[in-house]
Amino acid sequence: MARITAGVASSHVPLLGVAVDQGKTGDDYFGPIFAGYEWTKAWEKEEKPDVVILVYNDHASAFDMKIIPTFAIGCGERYKSADEGWGPRPVPDVEGHADLGWHIAQSLILDEFDMTIINEMDVDHGMTVPLSMMFGQPDKWPVKVVPLAVNVVTYPVPSGNRCWALGEAIARAVESFPEDLNVQIWGTGGMSHQLQGPRAGLLNREWDNKFLDMLIGDSDAARFIPHLEYLRETGSEGIEMVMWLVMRGALGKKTKCLHRHYHIPCSNTAIGHLVLEPTE
Amino acid sequence: MTAPSEKQNIHDYIAAFDDIPGTRVFTAARARKGYWLNQFAMSLMQPENRDAWKADERKYLENWQMSDEQKEAILARDYNRCLDLGGNVYFLAKVFSTDGLSFAEAVSTMTDMTFPEYREMMNKGGRSPQGNRSIKGGY
Repeated sequence: MARITAGVASSHVPLLGVAVDQGKTGDDYFGPIFAGYEWTKAWEKEEKPDVVILVYNDHASAFDMKIIPTFAIGCGERYKSADEGWGPRPVPDVEGHADLGWHIAQSLILDEFDMTIINEMDVDHGMTVPLSMMFGQPDKWPVKVVPLAVNVVTYPVPSGNRCWALGEAIARAVESFPEDLNVQIWGTGGMSHQLQGPRAGLLNREWDNKFLDMLIGDSDAARFIPHLEYLRETGSEGIEMVMWLVMRGALGKKTKCLHRHYHIPCSNTAIGHLVLEPTE
Repeated sequence: MTAPSEKQNIHDYIAAFDDIPGTRVFTAARARKGYWLNQFAMSLMQPENRDAWKADERKYLENWQMSDEQKEAILARDYNRCLDLGGNVYFLAKVFSTDGLSFAEAVSTMTDMTFPEYREMMNKGGRSPQGNRSIKGGY
């Protein structure tokens, strides 16, 4: 039986990918950010997950304005690094787990989550930056990935409650997959940041840390945070944090925090990172 | 916090966004208005299109069903104006990446700061939410 053994949350700022690709992860600016991921890199080497369900958002790379799926799941065999305007990142292709992807897709649809299915797409920094943060620069990523893309760009984006419920349904789907697989679920994006308009640059350390607290233990209060609160408190792009709730929802009633990291700033963004374990 | 059973009224939901200072939430209305502006920006994902754009920006825009206002806003790199005309920052990013600007530098042009001032603000902890949450409420 497949099982979800852990949840990981991480920001996915494109500049972190640049730092990795240009060998700047130890400098004065990036050093403190990457230091907070060292624990996780070592832990991932021990844990050796077979598959990561990677919840992320596409930033006008695979999806443009033509088609805007609210929740989409990757069922393909492999995904290439997208050219986001400055050439593709020099990272390995992301290998999919088509059997698990299709199993989850089918199970979710029967469970009344009407997923969009993706067979082919390129993946942008939303996916490749978290992989770099957790695994460094291998010749080949040490896991297979089931991409789960969430629309957090065009409003209305899905509610936190719906994201959490999707996570619960993903957990049920994984548990019914017959193969013995160690599966992690990652929620990416956030934390506070605003990339547009005169209010750009807004960061909110206090709110972000309250949000991190809410994901640890047996509270489900975070699922009821309205969009307006994310917008007011965490900037227009802070809404990406609803994707962390898919991860949290998949971990069941209670979590234990194995690792926590917070740093301001990276470019325009507050970096947050959590490693959580389901406790029942 | 919203109670789990409480369903949001779409009109109230959208109207509330106008109360956030200095922010254009990417609503369906903006997405419709900015459709071709964003699709134009998306076209710069292709290297050959980037070359054509760099060779003659105004000519490149002739192929897109954008309003004159949208074309002028893009040519002037007036990103706040682009947002008003339905642009979305992840699409506009294709334009400023093609220009060789970092995200932070491009974003700083939408504020009342120079890039060095903006960078300094970020390094000191970013823009405070204090007074920046609500126009009506002033908090």
